Amino acid sequence: MEEKGQENLETTKAFHKESFPEKPYWNPYLAGIGLGIVLLLAFVIMGRGLGASGAVSSVVATGVLKIAPEHAQNNEFYRNYLSAGNPLKDWLVFEVLGVLVGGFISGIFANRVKFKIEKGPKITNTKRLIFATIGGALMGIGAKLAGGCTSGQALTGGSLLNLGSWLFMLSVFAGGYLIAYLFRRFWL
Amino acid sequence: MIAPFYKFGMFGEEFSLIIAFLIGIAFGFFLERAGFGSARKLAAQFYLYDMTVFKVMFTAIVTAMLGVYFLGVFGFLDINLIYFTPTYVVPQIVGGFLLGFGFIIGGYCPGTSVVSTSIGRLDGLFFLIGVFIGTFIYGEIYPWIADFAKSTPMGKATIYEVLHIPYGVVVFAVVLIAVCGFAGATYIERKFQSKLFGR
Repeated sequence: MEEKGQENLETTKAFHKESFPEKPYWNPYLAGIGLGIVLLLAFVIMGRGLGASGAVSSVVATGVLKIAPEHAQNNEFYRNYLSAGNPLKDWLVFEVLGVLVGGFISGIFANRVKFKIEKGPKITNTKRLIFATIGGALMGIGAKLAGGCTSGQALTGGSLLNLGSWLFMLSVFAGGYLIAYLFRRFWL
Repeated sequence: MIAPFYKFGMFGEEFSLIIAFLIGIAFGFFLERAGFGSARKLAAQFYLYDMTVFKVMFTAIVTAMLGVYFLGVFGFLDINLIYFTPTYVVPQIVGGFLLGFGFIIGGYCPGTSVVSTSIGRLDGLFFLIGVFIGTFIYGEIYPWIADFAKSTPMGKATIYEVLHIPYGVVVFAVVLIAVCGFAGATYIERKFQSKLFGR
């Protein structure tokens, strides 16, 4: 009985995969032009670029404020994100909520929305998730030290020919290539 | 000059948040279309068999750079009103290396992990949780590293001002480098595809 159910599930899955195949990714230059126009629109409409890590900072600062108000107020880093009013009523927070929606819309139309773990063939799921968290933490620290991440520094600052952003971008690639061989079993 | 619209008071803060949400939707959409919701696609950049990250990033940078430059030249956009992140040389280089390490170990950057989460990738969600943890760690250690974080300041530093080269010349040079880079990237991709996978 159970076996039959399993078989049915597999058939349904196979049918689904056949009827709604994942669409290929866009040509990189086309996607790049799209992103560039979005960035340009942000400059023209708002006078600011895109971002991602800044939104996380606002949420973290708000969380710390809720749990330990005095501690947050005594810390210059948190204070920067706690300016007057509700710190979550922030441009980047709303932008990142949009990213979540936009990614989902694109994924739905390309049949790419599904629960899964992206990883190389040689790494276990548990290991992948642990290292994803560690990598994210490293990036959280690095992005704050650099004053932004790939969105706020590399894309935004890069297109404004910001010297610091270009140094940052070159360092990101250098850092990645420096340790890529060491961690090749994660991805290849 | 009539842009940036917000800086010229064409709408208020409340409306700017709606703009933020809409711009975010478009941003997330194109990131997902490029394949940036997948850690394998992103990490491939560093194993040289798929240079999509480089191509997408530099096409975006060149597109926006040209737009800003020409809208400025035509007197439509006041570039000086665009928010410009101040440069801190050493912290930005160190931070950049940390991001590079984080990329290889975790497979995303903050923005792409949001996209990845949005299409149901568990590793993207864990990465995003990691970013929150890292930001909290940074906040907690900030009092001890504040001096370093503010070291080697250069203020508002553009490549063209620091190198004393005309803005337009730098723009042209970046376009040229990008085009050569695209050709080089495609060549390297093919080489490593056959080297790694024999195809």
